[in-house]
Amino acid sequence: MRYKLMAGLFAAALMSGAALAQSPSTLRIGLAEDPDVLDPTLGRTYVGRIVFSSICDKLFDIDDKLNIIPQLALSHTTSADGKEVTIKLRPGVKFHDGEAMDAEAVKFSLERHMNFQGSFRKPELSAVEKVEIIDPLTVKLVLKNPFSPLIAQLTDRAGMMVSPKAAKEGGDKFGLKPVCAGPYKFVERVQQDRIVVEKFADYWDKANVFIDRIVYLPITDSTVRLANLKSGQLDLIERALATDIKDIKATKNIKLATALELGYQGLTMNIAKSDAGKAGLGLDPRVREALDLAIDRKALNDVVFNGEFVPGNQWVNPENPWYMKNFPVKGRDVAKAKKLMADAGVKTPLTIDFMVPNNPETRQVAEVIQSMAAEAGFDMKIRITEFATSLQQAEQGNYQAYLIAWSGRTDPDGNIYSFAACKQPLNYSGFCEADVDALLNETRAISGMDKRKPVYEKVAAKLLDGRGGILYLYHRKVLIAHTDRLEGYTQRPDGLVRVVGLKFK
Amino acid sequence: MFSLIAKRMLQLIPTLFVVSVLIFSLQQLLPGDPALVMAGEEKDPEVIEQIRKQYRLDQPIPIQYVYWLKGVLTGNLGESMRLKAPVSDLVLSKLPVTLQLASMAMLIALLIGVTAGVVSAVYRGTKLDYIVNVIGLIGISTPNFWLGIMLIFLFAVNLGWLPASGYVSPFEDFWGSLKTTILPAFVLGNAIAGVLMRHTRSAMLQALDSDYVRTARAKGLLEPKVVIKHAMRNALTPVITLGALEFGTLLSGAVLTEQIFTIPGFGKLIVDAVFNRDYAVVQGVVLVTATTYVLLNLLADIGYVLVNPRLRG
Repeated sequence: MRYKLMAGLFAAALMSGAALAQSPSTLRIGLAEDPDVLDPTLGRTYVGRIVFSSICDKLFDIDDKLNIIPQLALSHTTSADGKEVTIKLRPGVKFHDGEAMDAEAVKFSLERHMNFQGSFRKPELSAVEKVEIIDPLTVKLVLKNPFSPLIAQLTDRAGMMVSPKAAKEGGDKFGLKPVCAGPYKFVERVQQDRIVVEKFADYWDKANVFIDRIVYLPITDSTVRLANLKSGQLDLIERALATDIKDIKATKNIKLATALELGYQGLTMNIAKSDAGKAGLGLDPRVREALDLAIDRKALNDVVFNGEFVPGNQWVNPENPWYMKNFPVKGRDVAKAKKLMADAGVKTPLTIDFMVPNNPETRQVAEVIQSMAAEAGFDMKIRITEFATSLQQAEQGNYQAYLIAWSGRTDPDGNIYSFAACKQPLNYSGFCEADVDALLNETRAISGMDKRKPVYEKVAAKLLDGRGGILYLYHRKVLIAHTDRLEGYTQRPDGLVRVVGLKFK
Repeated sequence: MFSLIAKRMLQLIPTLFVVSVLIFSLQQLLPGDPALVMAGEEKDPEVIEQIRKQYRLDQPIPIQYVYWLKGVLTGNLGESMRLKAPVSDLVLSKLPVTLQLASMAMLIALLIGVTAGVVSAVYRGTKLDYIVNVIGLIGISTPNFWLGIMLIFLFAVNLGWLPASGYVSPFEDFWGSLKTTILPAFVLGNAIAGVLMRHTRSAMLQALDSDYVRTARAKGLLEPKVVIKHAMRNALTPVITLGALEFGTLLSGAVLTEQIFTIPGFGKLIVDAVFNRDYAVVQGVVLVTATTYVLLNLLADIGYVLVNPRLRG
C-alpha cells in the first residue's frame, strides 16, 4: 500500500514536471517604481513608458544611433514649406480588441492626445493644427508652423495609437485597461504589486515575439531588486546602481546591458528667476563661469560613481550624434576661477543656497561639488529637500543652485528649448535672451542634422561654460541587468525595455 | 458590557471627525503643489491649470473638505489622481494583504514575546532569564530594514529557500503565500516580541509577588497551575492593551518592511501617495486606519473584561 502511494506520488510529481516544461514562458521584469496610469495620453512617468513599450506600439521608433525607424508607420515626408507631414501607415495592423489600426484610428489617437482633458501630450503636439485622412493608410498632419522635432515626438507616447472603440468606452478610465497595438496585450494589474501582459496573437510582427507572458513587478529598493535577480525570482531589472556594477559583472548567470542616457545631470543656477537668484549666481556672469571652472567633472564621476558614468558639458552626451565636438569638456582651473571671482568684485566666500533633492546619490554629488567649489570661493550651503517640495521651490525661485536632472528626449530640442527659451515652463533659472530665443526657434523651423547642428553651435557659444542657466555635469548609463538565459537583449539610449525579439535559452 | 460598546461607538464619531479635519489641514502644510508633482516633467501651464480644475485644487480648503466629506458619507472616498482609480478600490485591495501580514506578525510576536516573558519571570535571576533578556533587547533594537535585507540574503540569495520579495494571495496559493509573508512577518513580529516580552516579564514579576499567588501556593496548588491560571491571567491585562495598540500600528502599514519585501499593503500605498501628493489616497487610507485603530482599542477594553472578571461591573 505504501509503495503504491509512493509510486502514485512519484507519477504525480513527474506529470507536474512535464506540465511545467510545457507551461508558458514568462519574463519577470523588476521595475524601480510603481507606474502611474497606463494611458499614453495621461501617463507621465519613465517607468510607465517601460511598460508601454510592450503594450503600445508607436508610429515611429528609434535605433541605437537615434535614427528614426518605422513601427506602426512605414514612412513620412515633409512638404517643402515644412508645414505638412504625410505619414504612410503599415497595412494589416490590428489593435488588441481586433479593431483596425488605420488612418481613422491614427486621427482619433492623435486628436485624443491633443484635446483630451488633462492630456500631457498636448504640449508635445502643440505644433499640429489638424490631422487629415488622405486614404485608409495615409494621414497628413497640418502644422501651424514648421516644427522639425515633430517626428521624434512620435517615437514616444505621443506616437502611441489606441483603439478608438476602447478609448471611447473607457474615457478617463481607459488606463485601467489599455487597448493598443503592441506585441503584448494587457491582462491585469494589481496596484504596487504587478502588471501582467500576454502575447498578442495578431501582432503585426508576431514572428519575432517568443515569450508568452511578461510580469512587471515594482520593487523600489535597488538592493532587493538585485537580490531577486540573483536568486532567480526575476529575469531582468531596470536601473541597477552604478555602485553595483562590479558586483553584477562578477556574478555569473547575470549580464549587464548599458547605453548612455538621452538626458543629463546638471546644476541649475538661479540667474533671474527671483531676487534670491539675482543676489547669488545672478550677480555677474563671471561668477557662474568661476563655478563651472571649479568643478572637476572627471573626479566627480570617479568619486561618486566609480568612473562608470560619463562626464559631460552639453545638453546631450558626448556619444550623441548631436554633441558638438568643438565644445569639449574642459578641465578644472581653480586659479582662473579665483581670478574671475576677484574680477567680478564679489566678496568671498560667496554663500549659495544649494537645493538638493533627497536621494543618496545626488547627496554625494552635492557634497563633492560643495568641496570643489569651496576652493574657488563659494560657500555652497546644501539644503536637502524632498523631491516634490524642491519642484515647487524651484518654480517659486526659492533657491540659488538646484541639482536637478533631465531624463532627455530623442530630439535635442526636448533637452534645451524649454530650459533656455524665455519664460518656458522648465526654465527655472530665469535665463532670457532674445537672440538665443531666435536661434532656438530657427532650429525648430529647419530640418536635417546638417542644417540644425550649426545653429545649435551658435546656441552653445551663448550658453555653455556657465553663460546659460545650467551647468551640465555628467550623463548616467542606463543600467539593465538580466539573466544570461535571456537572449537578444540590447539597450537603446531612451532606457526603454524593448521585448520584441527576446527569447529564453 | 453593551453600554460600554455603545458608548465607545458613539465616541468614534467625534474622533473620526477630528481625524478627518486634521488630515485635511495637515496636508496643506505639506510643501509641494500636487498639480506640479503630477505634471512632473510635462510641465505645461495649460495642463497644470486643467489638473487644478479637475481635482478642485483651485478651490478654498473648506470647500474641498466639504466635497470630500460629502463623498465619504455616501461611501465614496474619491479618486487617485495618479492612478485614476477609486480610492475605495485601492484600500480594499490592500486591506487583506495588510491584515494577513499584521495577523501573522502579531501571532509570532505573541508566541515569542509572551512565552519568553513568562519564562524569564518564573526563572528570574537565573542564566536563562539573562539570556532571554539579552535576546529580547536585541529584538527591540535591531532595525527592521537591516534585519529584512539580511534575511533576504540568507534565505533567498544564499540558501534559495524562500522568494526574496513579492506577495501571493493565500486564496491563490496557500503555501506560496506563506513563503512570501513569513520573512516580513518575522521581521515585524520580532520587534514587537521584544516589547511584549519586557512588559509580560514585569507584569508577571509583580503578579508572582502578590498575595493571591502566595495564597494559591500555600493552598498547595501545583506551580504550573499557579503560574498559568493565577499569575498570568492578571498579568495579561497590560499585554492585551499593548498588543492591541501594536496591532493597530501594524495595520496602518509597515512602511519600511513593506518597501523591502515589496509587499503591496497600506504602507507602500500611503508612502507612494505622500510622495506623489495624491491627497485623496492619503485621506482614504488614514481614515480607514484611524477607524481600525479606534475599533481595536474598543476590542482591547472588551478583552480586559473577559480575562479579568473583576472589571465586569
